[in-house]
Amino acid sequence: MSDNTLSRPVPVTTEPPVARAALIGLAILFVALFLFAPLVTVFAEALAEGWRGVRAALSLPDARAAIGMTLTIAAIAVPLNAVFGIAAAWAIAKFDFTGKAFLITLIDLPFSVSPVVAGLMLVLLFGANSTLGGWFIANDMPIVFAYPGILLATLFVTFPFVARELIPVMIEQGPAEEEAALTLGASGWRTFFTVTLPNIRWALLYGVLLCNARAMGEFGAVAVVSGKIRGETATMPTMVEMFYNEYLSVAAFSLAAVLAMLALLTLLLKSLLEWRHADLLAATRRH
Amino acid sequence: MYRTIQISGHTLAQGTFVRSLGDGRIEIDAGHARLSGRPIATRNTSETVNIQSAFRKTLTGGQLRGGLLAAVAVLGLTFSGSGPAAAQDGVEILNVSYDPTREFYREYNALFTAWWTAQGNAPVSIRQSHGGAGAQARAVIDGLEATVVTLALSADIDQIAERTGKIPADWQSRLEHNSSPYTSTIVFLVRDGNPKGIEDWDDLVTGDVQVITPNPKTSGGARWNFLAAWGYAKQKGLDPAEFVGDLYKNVPVLDTGARGSTTTFTQRGVGDVLLAWENEAFLALESLGEDAFDIVVPSVSILAEPPVTLVDGNITSDAQRAAAEAYLEHLYSAQAQALALKHFYRAWDTSAAAPEDVARFPEVNFVTVEDFGGWPEVQPKFFGDGGIFDQIYEE
Repeated sequence: MSDNTLSRPVPVTTEPPVARAALIGLAILFVALFLFAPLVTVFAEALAEGWRGVRAALSLPDARAAIGMTLTIAAIAVPLNAVFGIAAAWAIAKFDFTGKAFLITLIDLPFSVSPVVAGLMLVLLFGANSTLGGWFIANDMPIVFAYPGILLATLFVTFPFVARELIPVMIEQGPAEEEAALTLGASGWRTFFTVTLPNIRWALLYGVLLCNARAMGEFGAVAVVSGKIRGETATMPTMVEMFYNEYLSVAAFSLAAVLAMLALLTLLLKSLLEWRHADLLAATRRH
Repeated sequence: MYRTIQISGHTLAQGTFVRSLGDGRIEIDAGHARLSGRPIATRNTSETVNIQSAFRKTLTGGQLRGGLLAAVAVLGLTFSGSGPAAAQDGVEILNVSYDPTREFYREYNALFTAWWTAQGNAPVSIRQSHGGAGAQARAVIDGLEATVVTLALSADIDQIAERTGKIPADWQSRLEHNSSPYTSTIVFLVRDGNPKGIEDWDDLVTGDVQVITPNPKTSGGARWNFLAAWGYAKQKGLDPAEFVGDLYKNVPVLDTGARGSTTTFTQRGVGDVLLAWENEAFLALESLGEDAFDIVVPSVSILAEPPVTLVDGNITSDAQRAAAEAYLEHLYSAQAQALALKHFYRAWDTSAAAPEDVARFPEVNFVTVEDFGGWPEVQPKFFGDGGIFDQIYEE
C-alpha cells in the first residue's frame, strides 16, 4: 500500500488548480499594472506627437545639455566608485582590523540617508554660509549650484553599490587563493590582477551596472544642489521635471523615455552577459 | 554663406555671414540688424568647443585622474552641441526667478539680447533658473551666484539683503513702481462649468471643497493667496484667523511652488479650486484648453507686485553690471511691457501691447500689502517661525 503511493508521482503543489491560477493571475496583473503599464505610458506620451515630436524635443539645446551632463556625470562617478568600491571590499573581506564594522556601516550610510538630506548636507558644508564653502566661492570655485556639487551628490548616493555587491562574494571566497599566490612569490598587484579580479569580475560588473543606473537616475540629491540653471546644471531627471512643469509634456516624456531606454539597455547588457557566461557565473557567484 | 549663431544662452539667430570678429565670434546680417555671436554647427568647430567644455567641466570637477579624461572628452564629443553656451569671455547674467515667469523670461531674454546687441554692445549670455520664490531666495543665500533676482515678493529679496548683505537695504526704491515692472493678482481656477459653484472666498471654507495652494513657507504666490483670503475676511468683518484656518483645512496637499500646485490641480486632477496667480491661471487655460477650466474672480483680491533687483555683491565686472542694469531697466520698455501683457501680467505701459492682451483683465477690488503694514512687517508676523501661518496650520 505504502509502496504504491511512493512509486506514483506526487505533485509538489497540493492547492486546487483554481487557487493556483488565481495567485498566478494576481501576480501577472500586479506586474502588468505597476511595472509594465507605467513604462509603456512613458513611451506612449513621448510619441503623442509622433517621432518628429521626439526628435524636435531631443534636439532642444536644454535637452541635449542635460543628456550630455548626465552621461558625463555617470562616466566620472561610476569608475571612481568602482575603484573605491573594490578597495573597500578588498580591505573588508581580506583583512582584519579594528573599526571594520564601523567601515561597513559607513559604506551603507548613503543607502539609509534620504537623498534630499544628502543634498542639504552638501549645501551646508559647501554653501556660501560655511567657512569651507565661502573659501571655495571666494576662489571662484563654487561647489554647490555648480558642476562639482552635482558630481559630489551623485558620488555620495551611488557609493555603496559596488562595495555592497563585492563584499559578500569576496568574504565567501576567503583569502586562501590570495595566500597561495603570495606564498608562490606573486607581488601584491600581480595577486590582485591574476587572482582576485578574475574571481570578482561578475560581481563587479553587477555593481557597476547598478551604480550606473542609479547615477543616471538620481533626482533628490541632485535637485537640491543643482541650482536649476537651464542648460548648465540640469541633469536628465531634473530637466524632465522642468519640462513637465513648463507644459512641454512631449519634451518631458521624450527625455524620460531616453532615461528609461538607458536603464533598459543596462538591464539588457546585464542579462546578455549572464546568458553568455552562465557557467562561469554559476562558478563564481552563487546568488 | 548662411550661418546660425548663438547670441546668448538659448537664443539663436540666423543670417548671412559678414565677418569674423577674431575671438571666435562672427557677425551676421539677420535682415533687420547685424548680430554677433558664436557660430553653431559645422562639425569641426562644435567639436573643438565641446572638447574644451568637457575638459573645463572635468577640471572644475577637480576629481579626476589620468585615463578618465579621455573617456569624458569622448563623451563630450558624442553629445556635441550640448555644452552650456560656451561664452567664457563674454558677459553672463544669471536670472534667478520664481516659478510662473518661465515663459515670459524665455521671450524677454531673446528680446533683450537682440536689443542689447543692436545698441552696439558686446553680446551677453543669459541663464535662467526657476523655482518656488522662497526656495530660490534660499539658494541665493546659500551661494547660487545670481546676477539679478526676479522673485514673487519683496520679502524674499529682503531676506537675501538681510542675510548676505549683497543687496542694499533700500533696493526697492532703485526702480520705478516699487521695482515691480509687472503686477498680477490672485484668482480662482475651477474645473469646467464650475461644478461646485465657487464664486467667492466664503465658498472655499465649506466642508466639501478641496483647495489647492502651495506652501507659504516656500512659495511667494502662496503668501499672496494667504493675504488675499485674510483681506477678504477682514473686509467682511469675519475673524480672519479662523476664516483662513478653515480654508487651510480644505487643502489636501501643499506644493513647494506655484507651478507645482498648478500641475497638481490641472494634470493630476486633484482638488476643486486652485488659488492661482492670474497669469498662471490664464497660461493653464491657454496650454491645457479653454474648455477644461474656468477662471473665477473673487470680490476681493490682492495687488501682487513681484519685484526685480540687481544682486550687487555677485557682480564681477563693470561690463556685467552695465548689462544687468540694462536688463532690469529694459523690463519697463514698451516692448517688454507688451510682452508681459501677452504673458498675462498686468503691466504698466500698454502703448505697444495688442488690444486683446490689455482687454482680457477683469476689474478687481484690490487690497494691497500696504494695508497689512508692508512686507517687512507681514513676513515675520504671518510667515515667520511660529507666525500666524504656523499657528493656523498646526491646529
